[in-house]
Amino acid sequence: MDIFGVPIQALMGQLMLGIVNGSFYAVLSLGLAIIFGVLKIVNFAHGAFFMLGAFTAFLLAQHLGASYWTTLLVAPLAVALFGMLFEWLFLRRLYGLDPIYGLLLTFSLVLVLEGGFRVAFGSSGQPFVTPEALRGTLNLGFMILPLYRGFVIIAALMICLVTWFVIERTALGASLRAATERAELTQAFGINVPRLVTLTYGVGVGLAAFAGVLAAPIFHVNPSMGSSLVIIIFAVVVIGGLGSIMGAIVTGLGLGVVEGFTRVFYSEFSSTIVFLVMVLVLLLRPAGLFGREEG
Amino acid sequence: MHLRSLTWPLLIVGLLALIAVPFFPQLVYSVFVMKTLCFVLFACAFNLLLGHTGILSFGHAAFFGSGAYITGQLVKAYGVPTELGILAGGLVAALLGAVIGALAIRRSGIYLAMITLAISQLVFFFFLQAPFTGAEDGLQRIPRGTFLGVIDLNSDTALYYVVLGIVGVGLWVVWRTVHSPFGQVLRAIREHEPRAISLGYPVARYKVMVFALSAGLSGIAGSLKAIIFQLAALYDVHWHTSGDVILMTLLGGMNTVLGPAVGAAIVSTLNHYLDPFGAWVTVITGVVFMACVLTFRQGVVGELGKLLGTRRSAPPQPPATRPYSTGKPHEPTR
Repeated sequence: MDIFGVPIQALMGQLMLGIVNGSFYAVLSLGLAIIFGVLKIVNFAHGAFFMLGAFTAFLLAQHLGASYWTTLLVAPLAVALFGMLFEWLFLRRLYGLDPIYGLLLTFSLVLVLEGGFRVAFGSSGQPFVTPEALRGTLNLGFMILPLYRGFVIIAALMICLVTWFVIERTALGASLRAATERAELTQAFGINVPRLVTLTYGVGVGLAAFAGVLAAPIFHVNPSMGSSLVIIIFAVVVIGGLGSIMGAIVTGLGLGVVEGFTRVFYSEFSSTIVFLVMVLVLLLRPAGLFGREEG
Repeated sequence: MHLRSLTWPLLIVGLLALIAVPFFPQLVYSVFVMKTLCFVLFACAFNLLLGHTGILSFGHAAFFGSGAYITGQLVKAYGVPTELGILAGGLVAALLGAVIGALAIRRSGIYLAMITLAISQLVFFFFLQAPFTGAEDGLQRIPRGTFLGVIDLNSDTALYYVVLGIVGVGLWVVWRTVHSPFGQVLRAIREHEPRAISLGYPVARYKVMVFALSAGLSGIAGSLKAIIFQLAALYDVHWHTSGDVILMTLLGGMNTVLGPAVGAAIVSTLNHYLDPFGAWVTVITGVVFMACVLTFRQGVVGELGKLLGTRRSAPPQPPATRPYSTGKPHEPTR
């Protein structure tokens, strides 16, 4: 069976690949959107934290013999702690200044992290084994799905939903949203906003690291694995609408799929289609698909 | 002691040093200085937007790279004289700048930066795919040719003086622009856009014009780079280059005319002399920039001016904290 002259297996294969990539985009842009919402900082280091998550998992498995499931829990926490330390020591000094400085500080963190890992591990990739339990494939009838990819999609969606639930439906999330809207007023109500901000950065960075661990068995673990990703994530967040949580998740998945389809019909353009969409969206709906127009 | 009274003596000493460069090949490598000069022009042109108009473009590599590729292709495949090739590179980049600018200025702040970034990625894609660019290999073996039909540019020394001359003219254009009535309007737009509009200035047209000017000069910088290294490569259009020029400008001081030049020189020198350290270069550069962003945000020239106790050339209220409108609710942007 063909659709537009493309065999349905190929189409489905690319669609699946698109959803897997979209899952990474969703988790990453969710973290970026949360950080931007509260800190008003465009976290350029998001891709570097993604890479850091993958490397932490790799090192834990290599040197401490940690199981995949342990690394999936420990690596994001460790990276989140590192991110919170970075926020507490450095990023904090830039609040109230122009957002460009936050962007530049996180940009220089990228240089330090990527350069550092390149010194320590070289530019080539480190292989990362897929956990035993997820090695098989699943025959869906119309296509064959590697079990691990299916797991990635489900895990990514789960973590997105949990994050969304915490932000939209819990007391902690309510204070977080309040701090996003009016930081000073929230502080006047006795909520420790600076601590909340540090926590937010930790959560956003932890999400990036979680995506990194998920990605480790699929991509090679290498120092620059996040550097091209971060630009795409920017585009995703802008298309979804800066600061919109659900927008980031839906747009992430959607763009992954769009990319997958583009790969079928015009494969060279698949890495650029996101930016074309971004230009169009910004021209037609400047606040993004899910964003609100500001004052 | 005022920085301003030091400006002319410093400029003259700097110029003499630059003129002397080819006579001391054992001290400095003239090709390295030429490369630095390209980035000096690039950073100063970029700062027309960031520092003097308050527009952050995150896609200036598109102009730099277009200049390089256009010049390279014209000179290599069509045998266009070098000086016309460079001119054409600048013109194409200026045209591209007008188009991208017209699209981008519909938004402000971070959004504007993102639009320029997105469009520059499209430009990157074009140069990756276009049949003449050699994709990953870049456009290689571009002939240097002759300048105005007389000066043979295959000699590094001859090329050096030509590059120095062109960059000098470019910087003069930047300086004249900043200190002209046009530049005053740009500053008014930076400081308070609604007021500039209410005074009757066609702000959008001014923005597009400065975009085109900045892009054109960036394109010439790229063209020169292509002639010097006889190569136009994908890195020239890559967003990394857009990031580099922002860092150079910030490091030198974006509220000054010549600050970006100093920043470009520092970055270029760091890259050149730290080269033997391999991957450590990135780490060291990163640490330096971190320190800059955290401790001296006015940049080298800006902080120097503060140290010497003058603010005469700078506006009374240092706009370093808000050089462009961020689109926040409490700040009317429109």
